[in-house]
Amino acid sequence: MKRVIALLMENQPGALSRVVGLFSQRGYNIETLIVAPTTDPTLSRLIMSTNGDERIVQQITKQLDKLIDVVTVVDLGESDFVETELMLVKLNKNSITSDEIEKFEGKIVFEDNEIINLQFVGEPDKLGKLVKELSKKEPLEIVRSGSLGISSNSNTLAI
Amino acid sequence: MGKKQTSGADALIQSLHKEGVELVFGYPGGAALHIYDALFNQTEVEHILVRHEQGAVHAADGYARSTGKPGVALVTSGPGATNAITGLATAFMDSIPVVVISGQVRSELIGTDSFQETDMIGVSRPIVKHSYLVQKAEDIPEIVKKAFYIATTGRPGPVVIDVPKDFTDPNHTFNFTYPDEISMRSYKPAKTGDSKQIKKAVDLILEAKKPVIYSGGGVIQDNASFELTELARLLKFPITNTLMGLGAFPGTDPQFLGMLGMHGTYEANMAMHEADLIIAVGARFDDRITNDPKQFALGAKKIHIDVDPASLSKIIHAEVPIAGSAKECLLALISQLSKEEIDANKLDPWLKKIDNWRREHGLNHSMLEIVPENGKILPQQVIQSLYKETEGKAFITSDVGQHQMFAAQYYFFDKPRQWINSGGLGTMGFGLPSAMGVQFAFPKETVACVTGEGSIQMCIQELSTCFQYGLPIKIINLNNAALGMVKQWQDMQYGGRHSSSTYENSLPDFCALSESYGHIGIKVTQLAELEPAMKECISMKDKLVFLDVDVDPDEHVYPMLEAGNAMDYMHLSKNKKTW
Repeated sequence: MKRVIALLMENQPGALSRVVGLFSQRGYNIETLIVAPTTDPTLSRLIMSTNGDERIVQQITKQLDKLIDVVTVVDLGESDFVETELMLVKLNKNSITSDEIEKFEGKIVFEDNEIINLQFVGEPDKLGKLVKELSKKEPLEIVRSGSLGISSNSNTLAI
Repeated sequence: MGKKQTSGADALIQSLHKEGVELVFGYPGGAALHIYDALFNQTEVEHILVRHEQGAVHAADGYARSTGKPGVALVTSGPGATNAITGLATAFMDSIPVVVISGQVRSELIGTDSFQETDMIGVSRPIVKHSYLVQKAEDIPEIVKKAFYIATTGRPGPVVIDVPKDFTDPNHTFNFTYPDEISMRSYKPAKTGDSKQIKKAVDLILEAKKPVIYSGGGVIQDNASFELTELARLLKFPITNTLMGLGAFPGTDPQFLGMLGMHGTYEANMAMHEADLIIAVGARFDDRITNDPKQFALGAKKIHIDVDPASLSKIIHAEVPIAGSAKECLLALISQLSKEEIDANKLDPWLKKIDNWRREHGLNHSMLEIVPENGKILPQQVIQSLYKETEGKAFITSDVGQHQMFAAQYYFFDKPRQWINSGGLGTMGFGLPSAMGVQFAFPKETVACVTGEGSIQMCIQELSTCFQYGLPIKIINLNNAALGMVKQWQDMQYGGRHSSSTYENSLPDFCALSESYGHIGIKVTQLAELEPAMKECISMKDKLVFLDVDVDPDEHVYPMLEAGNAMDYMHLSKNKKTW
């Protein structure tokens, strides 16, 4: 089953390659991966989604925690959490109407006479369904960010 | 502490000195030359020139395994760094504290495919505990401090420090200060075990009727042999050690079942298979132990003590996992159990059963009394002769293959750190250079390298290093003129087709070869010569002796687990098996 793992790691050269390398080295699967700075410039936040049963996810979090550059790691699925994703879609201007854009809850981020770029935000499953809908419109390109996650209780991923 | 102006190279050597490093094994080259010049200008850290970088890391590794102190190797960039990789992987698999310092091309050349450039951090990443690429000279002391802290604490392991040449430039100096302490927010190794888990373990221990203690290299690494022995004696539980754990409990003690696993004793494997409680300490349920994990010790509850939380329930589910140092957890168990009334009598039926197993199919430790009909010397006889002549007190290093298993089975190790071999990676070529590290650490002790004609040729160039530094290592070569373990598998699983496991009469005269390096060579071909030759070999205290013994090329190592089954599926000889 799909799991979302979030971690804070030292903002050091090579830290990301250790995390990514661990997945290939141990035969784990990465579905999506996002790395971004945090308000603390010495730390980066990394959020990844992966597939695996309870035992494998436990192994993954333990092995991640073992990496010296990883400060803290959490399997977000251990408590309630919110998962969301950003998607950008490029279409021929005339392939979609403004009513449809509204219905899909899209936001126009760019348009000219030929091209329109739309932005969608939502749960990955919802975006997945949207991709099916939009495929009828023969989109020129679809770009998905991968999952972002945050726990929805008072626990915070911090040091 | 007074501050003084130093270059990065001087700071590096001073930092090593502050860490208590006395010996560095290495090999110079362009990117490391500033460091070598800094070594030349001081006397506190001695440099040992090896003949190949693999030898440098294995020597540092042998030093670390025998002393418990971190070993240090110094290599140059490019080929120097890549040659160190096998040594690093060996240390990584066995969790040995080794620090490898590699020269790197000047920082502005990194990424340009410059001469002797290799991405050492990238190449070594999966086989190090951690690594540092120095970003400026002033960072060197703190990086060295962190490297030694990481290498030696928690589950130990190798750390690489990659140093671009410009950061060791003598023309760039700065104030050298060495940090007294280090604290890292991202690295806090487990220490004491959770007291609730200890309590649960105590309850299981008190209930057990068919218990067995299974301990590994983690006990030796954590200097917890005394505590392990105390616990085993307190409970009177039978105990077995992994290949990496031999010596943690006295090998001559009647409570000891011998090694377990692939080539473990019949009684150790049967005890594991039929146990109702397995207490695993500093061991990781490696595939050479469990055989098929799905069929492993199904009737046993497992208590698993390990300093690495990721090892717990990784392969075998533990009812009571305890993350913590072996020593601390054993002390906690002893302290709790000392308050309890322990009824050792209830173990009697179990111990009797084990004794029967031992009587039925235990190893024959009187092999020297056998005179084989074919007139060939049995490899086991050589190990027993070595044991006899060294009174069981030598440091034994080994290479990898049949000779390694015979040494593990037939030499009784009574003390931790006495037995030094590459268990995890199984690195042929480890024996001789690791023996150098041991002999440097213990110049007056007998250090014997049990090897084969295959393994010894993988790092044989180190005979030259041994001569340069006067290392009186005893090389015991079990010469069966074949890659014995490969051949054994080919005999058992490939219809006797010996694909590339023999040399077609291309072996060198090892005695002449040793003599050309300035050492002594003794050849043994007859059983009657074995014991006198061994005596002569061991008695030459100040000479390296290469004892080249022709052994029966058709001998196999038994017992041997049958793959894909439980631990009670064993081949006991060429024509006897347990199923």
